[in-house]
Amino acid sequence: MTTPGTSDAETWPLWEVFVRANRGLSHVHVGSLHAPDPEMALRNARDVYTRRNEGVSIWVVPAAAITTSDPDARGAFFESPAGKNYRHASYYTKAEGVKHL
Amino acid sequence: MSKSYADHDVAPADDRAHGQVDVETLELADELAGDSGAVASVDAAEYALWLGDDALVLSQQLGWWIARAPELEEDVALGNIALDLLGHARSLLHYAGTASGRSEDDLAYWRDEPEFRSAWLFEQPNGDFAHTIVRQLFVALYLEALYSRLVASSDATLAAIAAKAVKEVAYHVDHAEHWMLRLALGTDESRRRTEVALADLWPYLDELFEDSPLIDRLGDVGDGGVAVRPSTLREPVMDAVARMLAQCELDTPTIPFASGGGRAGRHSSYLGYLLAELQVLARQHPGASW
Repeated sequence: MTTPGTSDAETWPLWEVFVRANRGLSHVHVGSLHAPDPEMALRNARDVYTRRNEGVSIWVVPAAAITTSDPDARGAFFESPAGKNYRHASYYTKAEGVKHL
Repeated sequence: MSKSYADHDVAPADDRAHGQVDVETLELADELAGDSGAVASVDAAEYALWLGDDALVLSQQLGWWIARAPELEEDVALGNIALDLLGHARSLLHYAGTASGRSEDDLAYWRDEPEFRSAWLFEQPNGDFAHTIVRQLFVALYLEALYSRLVASSDATLAAIAAKAVKEVAYHVDHAEHWMLRLALGTDESRRRTEVALADLWPYLDELFEDSPLIDRLGDVGDGGVAVRPSTLREPVMDAVARMLAQCELDTPTIPFASGGGRAGRHSSYLGYLLAELQVLARQHPGASW
């Protein structure tokens, strides 16, 4: 199955929508939508994803501009840290002389 | 994690952050704008009917588009606008009803065509998407000019309704203008349809700016009165329309204006059908609630 918006049957391209709920929070991915251009994508995002006061800021990004990791390569990509406990701070014991850490 | 956020300016990134709302703890704002106990004078009630019926009729029309717009996203956009207008209609009809002891539902469902006060522009059919967008452009520019003046009304309820509505119609203007540019400057077909829609709807603009003895009695908000004198809106609205048409590289039509008569209960042939659909359920099942 092709990604929506990438086939000729879809008139409008696909956009990914990120909404910031409050000051101090980061933008979080909330979903996607179709729109003909960036300005309309922003307005569609406002209408579809902020109907109940969910946000104070919206980003829209063309879905085609996002490069994703390959789900089939999960092993090589994400399982390598297993067993490498020395990457965690708790692996180390504090030297006796250190008072403020 | 036991970290306290009390001394921080930053809210915790908990489950509430992104639309996961607990309905039991959700505080709902009042649905009707203004003091719901205020009673309108007979003239203020008649004026509220003008504005309320415009909003009700257009809301009913836009609802038709849901599931029929070019894309799902536009279904939602037009649905949102329809709900904004329905909110205005509810507040205005509620207030209008206080003068005669009638409810908003009495006024919406139990008045017949000649008792409605909507202007002809609002009654014009949805047509194709271009017709709906041109109608939206005219209506939104008119309502934005109207409500931005009505906030100064000496009638506190009308002023409160206008203050809520003016922010909403500002977005309706934005929506219509973006679509106008894309339709007019898009493909040959979208431009052709936009030109047809412009010619079809142009005649109904002038009715919005006609004064009446009612407005003389209520007084204009600029003189400490209750209402917005319609003729004061002619220049700002027509200027805004002309600016938009210039951006769209469309010629201003030279078609004569229609006579209208909606404020006196004389309506276009479209209103009867629209009201039949709007009112049929309430009339077949009087007193039913849903």
